Amino acid sequence: MIQLEKRPEPSRAWAFATPLLAVLLTMLFGGMLFALLGKNPVETIRTIFLDPLFSEFAWYYRPQLLVKGAPLVLIAIGLSFGFRAGIWNIGAEGQYIVGAICGAGVGLAFYPMDLRLIFPLMVIAGAIGGTLWAMIPGLLRVKFGTNEILVSLMLVYVAEQLLASMALGTMRNPDGMGFPGSRNLAQYPSAANLELIAGSGMHWGVVAAFIAVIFAYITLSRHIFGFQVRLSGQGPRAAVFAGVNPNRMILICLGISGALAGMAGLFEVAGPAGQISIDFNVGYGFTAIIVAFLGRLHPIGILLAGGLMALTYIGGEIAQSNLGLPGAAIQLLQGMLLFFLLAVDLLTNYRIKFKTGEAV
Amino acid sequence: MSLISIQGLTKAYPGVVANKNVSFDIGRGEIHALLGENGAGKSTLVKAIYGLVKPDSGTMTLEGEPFTPAEPRAARAAGVAMVFQHFSLFDAMNVAENISLGMENPPPQNEIAEQVRKVSHQYGLPLDPDMIVGDLSAGERQRVEIIRCLLQSPKLLIMDEPTSVLTPQEVEILFQTLRKLAAEGTSILYISHKLEEIRALCDHATVLRLGQVVGECDPKTTSAREMAEMMVGMVLHVPARREKPLGDVALTLTNLTAPAPHQFGTALRGVTLEVRKGEIFGIGGVAGNGQDEMVAALSGEMRTQTDMVKIAGQPAGHLAPNARRAIGLCAAPEERNGHAAIPDMSLIENTALTATTRKNLANNGFVQWDKARDFAKEIIRTFDVRTPSERSTAGSLSGGNLQKFVIGREIMQDPDVLVVNQPTWGVDASAAAAIRQALLDLAAQGAAVVVISQDLDELMEVSDRFAALNDGKLSAPRDAATLTIEEIGLMLGGAHDLEVAQ
Repeated sequence: MIQLEKRPEPSRAWAFATPLLAVLLTMLFGGMLFALLGKNPVETIRTIFLDPLFSEFAWYYRPQLLVKGAPLVLIAIGLSFGFRAGIWNIGAEGQYIVGAICGAGVGLAFYPMDLRLIFPLMVIAGAIGGTLWAMIPGLLRVKFGTNEILVSLMLVYVAEQLLASMALGTMRNPDGMGFPGSRNLAQYPSAANLELIAGSGMHWGVVAAFIAVIFAYITLSRHIFGFQVRLSGQGPRAAVFAGVNPNRMILICLGISGALAGMAGLFEVAGPAGQISIDFNVGYGFTAIIVAFLGRLHPIGILLAGGLMALTYIGGEIAQSNLGLPGAAIQLLQGMLLFFLLAVDLLTNYRIKFKTGEAV
Repeated sequence: MSLISIQGLTKAYPGVVANKNVSFDIGRGEIHALLGENGAGKSTLVKAIYGLVKPDSGTMTLEGEPFTPAEPRAARAAGVAMVFQHFSLFDAMNVAENISLGMENPPPQNEIAEQVRKVSHQYGLPLDPDMIVGDLSAGERQRVEIIRCLLQSPKLLIMDEPTSVLTPQEVEILFQTLRKLAAEGTSILYISHKLEEIRALCDHATVLRLGQVVGECDPKTTSAREMAEMMVGMVLHVPARREKPLGDVALTLTNLTAPAPHQFGTALRGVTLEVRKGEIFGIGGVAGNGQDEMVAALSGEMRTQTDMVKIAGQPAGHLAPNARRAIGLCAAPEERNGHAAIPDMSLIENTALTATTRKNLANNGFVQWDKARDFAKEIIRTFDVRTPSERSTAGSLSGGNLQKFVIGREIMQDPDVLVVNQPTWGVDASAAAAIRQALLDLAAQGAAVVVISQDLDELMEVSDRFAALNDGKLSAPRDAATLTIEEIGLMLGGAHDLEVAQ
């Protein structure tokens, strides 16, 4: 008989080991899934997890890792504050879209002026846009006690409609011969978020993601605000006793996640994506939720998890084109990763005991 | 012949032996006391009898048959019922609904209501089956639990610390019910550390210490002191009170009024009091009469009108907790886990929880963790908190040790006003004595102390003045030295029915 026994204190060793174990289990069960789909499991797993880094075309994929990983890390860092405080912003995708729209709007408004100030202004506008979008669920929660999970999630769909309206109407490229989509910001030097070193994939969004990781690390471990965030999540009553104002905490946490998601949207629209288009968003805001938990809401963990998630994205695309693996199988693999992580998480707080006989 | 016989029962948890070779018998119709400090192994023992814990070795026989309940359901089927210290009731449902929730095959509601009326009348425990549980007093809630058990016509009724939430009058009603049950042949296993109660009620007592039976006695002929020393294994220290002159007024509440913070909370209605430096002001009352709200209004978790609370003459009703700490008021709420401390955080982090303001643990917003650690170590040393290290989580400490830490953390911030709620709830006798002594010492050093408690003996031991909190209203304060326990009971009782069993 298998029994679970609560550990007197959470195991530190397992806290580090569980993400690795989850990755291994995902590889194992993912491999079985691919075998059932008629693919060679070893080859598929190698393609997804190793080819982006070590194949002969790795020179092309490695920069992509930064390009795909940066928005995930940036958004996930923002989300981690709220998640640690027990504030569940599920609508980062919407804040990402609105941030992109606001930032791009500033850039487009200045077109074709040549001013170095434009790009910083766009970044600020992106952050403000994301923050304001996140304030909607925040203020509704504080004033009327609505559930921020539902409101923030539903606002994603509102944001998608807003995006479509911008791409087809307000922001449509006047020189675009009627095609949907805005002017390409990547081709407008004052507004472009270009690679800082050619061919490296390193753009301002990557820099921002690294800064966010360091900032979050210091805030959470050293600053009183980080301590209050943790108090709010682990003991809401104790947090109030310690002097935390829960409403302010809700607004600040939603504000941080909104601002970072909005900035991520701006960096994407001004760089890799280039323009506001109907299909601009590709789910970074949702995947970042997985990244945040995969990284155990710890800044360094999120950095690693963002890299891993970007890897499965890129590896998944390679597997799709080279091996003909269906796209849904890759999504399943990513889902599996989160599933196994949450499952093996149990080992941090419990130990498994195998019992042979019945005790009297 | 005995109803239940326990032989050589042993149960070990990782790192601790909860019960070691425990043997005793309970006779039919006997009221048997199980006596011991917190952590002596009483809970584990009764959990084994109730099927919640599987013993490692040892045997139990019920009416001559081997008794090995795999789960509480099996124990109930065999005729063992238990009333827990913490009630498992849903506030938003009525009495009959709550009772039917605990049944395997509940009969229709009106039938249950009828049975509840009948049983409650029969045993002198007045209870209306249509009342919403959230509106009941703690004593009435306990009746719901007792009646839930009585409907099963148990052979053995286990009661875990049943009187901790009752007024003296309610205790008397409960005792009459239990005596009546015993006279009808039901055996009762009565768990408590209140010696006078056991002397008044029980026929036989088994004393546990550190998981082992250290003695048996007839409580009717054994003195409370002898039993206490058996239980603790040493001579008890009685807190010493020092005479001191009273200073200026440190805390003033003027017509403190606040609506109930949540559906089942209690509104505060015009609480007025004055506490001077060097004075200990005791506030008694049955749980749920506004104690939590009072602490929240004092600590700053609940804001009121500015002038309703004055700390050292300074209006403070609008101030947040840390602003109040800055002008000298510290508080220790009742609930240790999740309110006064966070179980998953280390003692260092739990130190920073309240001590940041007064001990300057933050510099430009950055927490100085080494200073917090030093202060945590100081608390652990001064208050003899038993823990492997200050890095241990608060949740890994026993209740008594965590309480010493919480009270120590506030006292060592050297407050001018200290508010504590249930300072020794669920704490073993020696830790309780240490905590009370610390409160007396703090007052002797010139702080004003407000002790809110449901333990009247405790209040009598430490307070200079006493008042009772009843439905959010505070009675007129009385000099504690001249009060009798009956007078206090009447001050507390007020709104609660004082019917006595027929």
